[in-house]
Amino acid sequence: MTLPGEWEMVVGLEVHTELKTATKMFCGCANQFGSEPNTNICPVCLGLPGSLPVLNERAVELAMAIGVALHCRIASSTFHRKNYFYPDMPKDFQITQYDLPINSGGYLDLPDGSHVSIERAHLEEDTGKSTHLGGTGRIHGADRSLVDYNRSGVPLVEIVSAPDIRSSAHARAYAAELRGILIATGASDGRMEEGSMRIDANVSVRKPNAPFGTRCEIKNLNSLRSLHRAIDYEALRQIDVIEDGGTIRQETRHWDEIFGETSTMRTKEEAEDYRYFREPDLVDLDPNQAWQDRVRNGLPPMPAERRQKLTARLSEPSQAQLEAVEVVIDLGLENFVNAAIDAGVEPALAVARAANELAAGIEMTPNLAPEAFSATVLMEQGGALSATQSKTVLGELLASGGDPKSIAKAKGFEQLSSDSLGSTVAELIEQNPDEWARYREGDEKLAQFFIGQVMKLTKGQANGKAVIAELQARR
Amino acid sequence: MTSPLRREDVAHVAKLARLSLSDAELDQFTLQLGQILEHANDMSSLDLEGVIPTAHPFGLINVVRDDVVRPSLDRDEVLAMAPDAEDGRFAVPRIMGEAP
Repeated sequence: MTLPGEWEMVVGLEVHTELKTATKMFCGCANQFGSEPNTNICPVCLGLPGSLPVLNERAVELAMAIGVALHCRIASSTFHRKNYFYPDMPKDFQITQYDLPINSGGYLDLPDGSHVSIERAHLEEDTGKSTHLGGTGRIHGADRSLVDYNRSGVPLVEIVSAPDIRSSAHARAYAAELRGILIATGASDGRMEEGSMRIDANVSVRKPNAPFGTRCEIKNLNSLRSLHRAIDYEALRQIDVIEDGGTIRQETRHWDEIFGETSTMRTKEEAEDYRYFREPDLVDLDPNQAWQDRVRNGLPPMPAERRQKLTARLSEPSQAQLEAVEVVIDLGLENFVNAAIDAGVEPALAVARAANELAAGIEMTPNLAPEAFSATVLMEQGGALSATQSKTVLGELLASGGDPKSIAKAKGFEQLSSDSLGSTVAELIEQNPDEWARYREGDEKLAQFFIGQVMKLTKGQANGKAVIAELQARR
Repeated sequence: MTSPLRREDVAHVAKLARLSLSDAELDQFTLQLGQILEHANDMSSLDLEGVIPTAHPFGLINVVRDDVVRPSLDRDEVLAMAPDAEDGRFAVPRIMGEAP
């Protein structure tokens, strides 16, 4: 979206990612989404008196992995208590990092060439989950909240960008690239729908080169789509206020996905005073160079490098092909594409089938062996399967695995022998003398007519390229 | 010497801590907390040039544990201790608005 009247938006994002550890940040309870409520709880994550936190080594390593991937400086850090009252936080404080975060001063380069600075990426613990029961007329639970502490104490890293983002599309591209990095580092599964990655956006507007305007922070952005919509809505709201002679109040706003609008949650005057102080039950965290190197050396290639490698296998890729490469990398499908290319498939075809057919059935890819993918696309390339048939075979392989040749046979996708295709084409030429004459005179559109007729007669088993070859041989 | 702490500071901190204090208590705590702050301020009179701040009384760093799951508490036992529970969850008075 383009903003009206030369307005420019300025956006900084705070991305919270849950870390994929076996246990919580400060206790041995399982870090597991979807367990029965309150089955992963203990005195530490319930904040019972006398319980003491002990830091999870794996959480520290995943936080460092994120720091390395984002080119941050890893430094000696401390933990603080952030004090406030809310029932989903039983200790009445959240353990977080304040003035000395583990990672600071990094950056993220996006596929479009833009550069977003990362201010910090610090460790903290998640809160529990409350469900508000409300209203009147209910037998149970009117005006009550129910709290599940399974998520209480789950390790998080909060990644804070500089206000370097200039549009909703830019914000979305940043979040998508960051999500890819978090998945690649093994720090997160990137499942936004399960809340394992949550975003707050700081949005302000200004005229070009003017100082930054007053910002509002938008909470509750749980999908890339919400992020995109909320930022656009908020920037336009601020422009309306300013153009009507008003001023923007610094405040926290809540995004409502259903109504598609943001509304005031609290103003700066009402902002909590968190009374941060050092967490006396935890000592400093100061990873030495050897520990940092171990994490650095254990990191797999990041999406940008993988994208570059795959793009290099395509000759003069089109914009659409570059976008298909992005899909392949985002979904981690390059093992299929590389296997197919190594088996002799045209890189562009391998990328296209992965970015479309495999992407459409992404949750079923464990059923599909890279060899089966390669074999199917090779059959298509050789003309043994039409494009439509190839897609059908891939769909079947994704759904239930198996052998491409047997599936093709079972579906009746027998290759038409060139004899039988030849006689079908000859028959059609005889039956459609006018169309044939126009084709011979150079009207190439008629080729489509003949292909259509052949497909009809062969129930889609013919290969379009083979039909054209037959037509040209008789021209 | 005037107290480094004003009465309204104490009232504010009490509000943040969800403590309801009487006027007499406010006066009393303003005096007492002020004395504590004054005592801490005595540090300013010392020459601490070159002294490394003490972050923690223990000289330890990097105290961590292995990422290994340990048994959690029995849910029914825990919920039985709560004032109220429903559907395997703690029931609390409804909080208007969202977490900070």
